[in-house]
Amino acid sequence: MTNKEKTVLITKNGIRHDGRKKTDLREIRFEVGILDRADGSAIIYWGKNKILVAVYGPRELHPKHMALPDRALIRCEYRMATFSVTERKSPAPKRREKEISKILAEAIEPAVFDYLYPRSVIDVFIEVLQADGGSRCASITAAALALADAGIPMKDLVVGCAAGNLNGEVVIDLDDVEDKEGQGDLPIAVLPLSGEVVLLQSDGVFNPEQYKEALDLLMDACQTIYKLQREAITNKYAKITEEIIEPVEVEPEPTEAKVDKKKKGEKTEEKKETEEKTPKKKASAKKAKSEQSEESEKKKKTSKKKEKKTPPKKDEEAKE
Amino acid sequence: MTIFIENRSMVTPGEIIAEGNYNVGQNVYRKDKRIISQVIGLVSIKDDYINVVSLKGKYIPRVGDTVIGKVTDVSLNTWTVDIASPYPGILRPATSLDRRFDPVKDHTRKFFDIGDVISAKVFSFDRTRDPVLTLRDNNRSGSTTFLGKLIGGRVIEISPSKIPRLIGRRGSMISTIKQYTNCRMIVGQNGRVWFKGNSFEEEYLVLQAIEKIDREAHTTGLTDRVKEFLEDARKKMGKPTAKGEQPKK
Repeated sequence: MTNKEKTVLITKNGIRHDGRKKTDLREIRFEVGILDRADGSAIIYWGKNKILVAVYGPRELHPKHMALPDRALIRCEYRMATFSVTERKSPAPKRREKEISKILAEAIEPAVFDYLYPRSVIDVFIEVLQADGGSRCASITAAALALADAGIPMKDLVVGCAAGNLNGEVVIDLDDVEDKEGQGDLPIAVLPLSGEVVLLQSDGVFNPEQYKEALDLLMDACQTIYKLQREAITNKYAKITEEIIEPVEVEPEPTEAKVDKKKKGEKTEEKKETEEKTPKKKASAKKAKSEQSEESEKKKKTSKKKEKKTPPKKDEEAKE
Repeated sequence: MTIFIENRSMVTPGEIIAEGNYNVGQNVYRKDKRIISQVIGLVSIKDDYINVVSLKGKYIPRVGDTVIGKVTDVSLNTWTVDIASPYPGILRPATSLDRRFDPVKDHTRKFFDIGDVISAKVFSFDRTRDPVLTLRDNNRSGSTTFLGKLIGGRVIEISPSKIPRLIGRRGSMISTIKQYTNCRMIVGQNGRVWFKGNSFEEEYLVLQAIEKIDREAHTTGLTDRVKEFLEDARKKMGKPTAKGEQPKK
């Protein structure tokens, strides 16, 4: 236990034991939709935390007597893998896991339009693969993504983050060491759009000034995480779009040629111009998208004409 | 009256789409004067209506929908049908058989047994009670889909929100697939598609096409891409054109 006495949680210059400053977050990364079987899924890498979330539902609820007549039941199961911490964690759910499961379900509920699916259940399974402090905050952040990925209507995403008290200094995003050796831990979860607080726990000591400071810092931190969350969602779909964009640019040439023959010169000229703009420069995704959509609208028009005109051609080919 | 997000672009839950007196369409909600998205999807703004077309989500039954279900339970006078929704479908002999059903003499199992796949229509549904299905088609517009037990073929399940994409504008996508593969297809609004072809290769082609649509539903120009894909695939198979030009009904 000499190690414990040696750790300097925070220096006079405000540098923490892992080199972060007071308001620095650890590195956060998400992946959305990584489980094919689940309706929605996400994994979060938050510092050394690795947490996998799977969402099923809304689906039929068994046992039936648990069903709520006016809204969906939200069931949440937070579990830590036996290998998630250095000392083997017994696989049986303990008091702590049951508590976290409960508070996470309650934190998710205000964000979900649960009245749209009465008598059904939304199951959220949270599996902590590796824990390093702040896992409940990371869990709820990932759970919100998984719910969105499942296509469940939500008011907003949910973002969690923790603040702490290290020798009187308020800091953001505690890791395992700071959580255990610091003087206070304040996990919070918010709906970032409205700033509603859906989870607030407090452990240890904070004086009123510290508490206010902590909440202010947390609100800012949550906004930062919120941006990352939204990027993670758009990235998933942007990837597929990118894969497709290139073949689309190459292919339309033959169709143009056909249309030209059919005396539609003016329209196709415009089309060529837009097509020349689209490739190569993907300066901003949205611009590219809008251009693409214009292009495709025109294409639809041309394709309709094509459909009408092609069948007789094919008959000829077949005969030949 | 300002719109913050371009039409047909992607939004996430909680993203503000517009501010002002717009009409709230699907998958959006209003808070104060702001119109906010509820789901991951694509924005579609028509006149004053703001909708978000969801990319994923479970099927919620609607009266009149054709659905493809699997019988999960049989009782004396009901079949319980899994229709890929939070609510199980209920099918009764009175609305499904074309003759009198006497629960004393007849056995429900003789008509549909557990594991059978059926196509049916949603007869009634409100969220307080489970959806009731029927095998009778009261649609007199002429275009009728087969309702009843589906024998053979395959069933694939995709996200129900992508079914309109699979059907295409005025059925363009689905007729393209039928034309190039000579397969019979029944599309359920619940995200299940049944299809049966003359050969394994052709069935596999349908499968690939549907998977392609499921994956790329959020992109534009999809019908053309599917067409190209099918054309290429047919060339590789050594049969550049489909045998019958008209899709079989």
